[in-house]
Amino acid sequence: MTSSITSRIVAHALLIVGIVIVAFPIYYVFVASTHSLREILTPPLPLIPGTQFLHNYYEAIFGGVQKIGGVSAARLLYNTTVVGLCVAVGKIAISILSAYAIVFFRFPLRMTFFWIIFITLMLPVEVRILPTYKVMVELHLIDTFGGLILPLIASATATLLFRQFFMTIPAELVEAARVDGAGPWRFFFDILLPLSKTNIAALFVILFIYGWTQYLWPLLVTNSNDMNTIIIGLKKMISFADADTQWHLVMVTCILAILPPIVVVVLMQRWFVKGLVESEK
Amino acid sequence: MATIALNDVKKSYGRTEVIHGVTVDIDDGAFIVIVGPSGCGKSTLLRMVAGLEAITSGTISIGGRVVNDLEPRERDIAMVFQNYALYPHMSVYDNMAYGLKIAKLSKQDIAERVDKAAAMLELKPYLDRKPRALSGGQRQRVAMGRALVRDPAAFLFDEPLSNLDAKLRVQMRLEIKQLQRSVGTTSLYVTHDQVEAMTLADRLIVMNAGVAEQIDTPMNVYNRPATIFVAGFIGSPAMNLLPAVAGRPGKGLQLTDGKMVKPRETHFPDTGREIYLGVRPEHLVPVKDLNADIELKVLAVETLGADTLAHGKIAGPDGLASSLVARMPGNAAVKVGDTLPLAIEPGMAHLFDRESGRRID
Repeated sequence: MTSSITSRIVAHALLIVGIVIVAFPIYYVFVASTHSLREILTPPLPLIPGTQFLHNYYEAIFGGVQKIGGVSAARLLYNTTVVGLCVAVGKIAISILSAYAIVFFRFPLRMTFFWIIFITLMLPVEVRILPTYKVMVELHLIDTFGGLILPLIASATATLLFRQFFMTIPAELVEAARVDGAGPWRFFFDILLPLSKTNIAALFVILFIYGWTQYLWPLLVTNSNDMNTIIIGLKKMISFADADTQWHLVMVTCILAILPPIVVVVLMQRWFVKGLVESEK
Repeated sequence: MATIALNDVKKSYGRTEVIHGVTVDIDDGAFIVIVGPSGCGKSTLLRMVAGLEAITSGTISIGGRVVNDLEPRERDIAMVFQNYALYPHMSVYDNMAYGLKIAKLSKQDIAERVDKAAAMLELKPYLDRKPRALSGGQRQRVAMGRALVRDPAAFLFDEPLSNLDAKLRVQMRLEIKQLQRSVGTTSLYVTHDQVEAMTLADRLIVMNAGVAEQIDTPMNVYNRPATIFVAGFIGSPAMNLLPAVAGRPGKGLQLTDGKMVKPRETHFPDTGREIYLGVRPEHLVPVKDLNADIELKVLAVETLGADTLAHGKIAGPDGLASSLVARMPGNAAVKVGDTLPLAIEPGMAHLFDRESGRRID
């Protein structure tokens, strides 16, 4: 008995230490976001939340922060949400359709197309980014949502994931649907899509966060402060001189930047884990 | 309900021909079983009727209409698959209703048909369940229900029972037969199991290496196998096949051990012709020494309860012996080392040409 109690205490202690290590920096950011700039700049920074919560958050969201060219955090959040959602939905739509074509249809150069998609995985972002930028300039997509979203939508990884999943679907199921009279579209919407929903959910979470945290591409393709994403905004708020930086607002923006991905993960956690662990058959 | 006619149907993959011209006419309402070993082309043949495989040459018609170039859904058939192929995300009801929904039947029509099929198959309590919450036998019933609600011109079964355990298989076999009798739909059923084939079929198609070796009623296939392959494939234990040479007129057949046999009520071929003498284990009966056709030195005994199988060998040249099995009643007192005098029941000897493998009458 005693040994099992001891081992449980040890186990819990270890877990608590782990959580503290992971969560403390985030908690500290939150604490900092509730103090005034002066309190932050006078060490040591207190460990408990201060009194400026409402004031700081109001100023960041609606005030229009000086450093990012008078654009409010609300505008930045809106931009980033649009980019995150469109990238996730777009990537899933494009890749599920290409995987569908590659797995279930026989057409000339099928494997060639598959390899072309596969090869794009091997080109690092840095190699592709200048040609992509040039294309965006010529299409007049600089400083638009189109420019922010379109180049991020093609996804070899998601295509491969869907392909692997589709290949586990028994041929008999496809044939049963054919005998039942389901054409390619019906089969896709009535059978394939419902069967893929856990995979779609898992991918959505991953891809939304991917879109949300984009840095290099939005930095290149946006000039106007109106079109910045929150990550870019955050970077612009920090200047080299400590005194120049409104740290209390930076901290607020940090909290605002990590909240939506957390909400998405928490809401979709059940689906997310299911999609990663099980393949329903 | 409809007739099905296959006329010189062939199938090639690239240059390899796998079905070498099958011709068969299936009457309206008949239950036809295609039986054969793995890789003989029986499933391919069925899938060509279903429209899941293209036909290389020949014609297939269902209900008098050539369907060579029609999609499966346009052929008015329903198929039951080996692994059930139920839609895992749909309830039993939706699984059965799916084809009808696509065919744009009214909600009420669909409900009526599904209800009727579910009643026939005793699936009513399970209509709301997902397939994964059902046992193997129930899943197979749902697959049959899905075929049944369509009220098609023909049912196609692709080894539907091979994933079930032995007891369930026997039960489902009877159910399929009764179901087919009651709805009277023309059925084509593929299996490698000869018991299923014999019990279900109105007529059997015995396939081997892409050729229909014999198309006949189960009893005719058993009593008068057309080729040496059919002789060896249908019947358990398999028919004994002994190489022999026809002796001088009136002398019978000479076996490889030099002894002569002269089965009664048998028409002997011309002297010197090389043949196989086929005798089913159940047609070898123990007799008094004097009347014996064959003397079997017992090398092994298998007691099955109802039957006792006595295994032995007939010596041949170069040490090649052909094995011989006799089936005795369960209570027969046979032990290893005995010599059994056996007679071939009158008219129960089958002779096959050694070169062509065809039956000699």
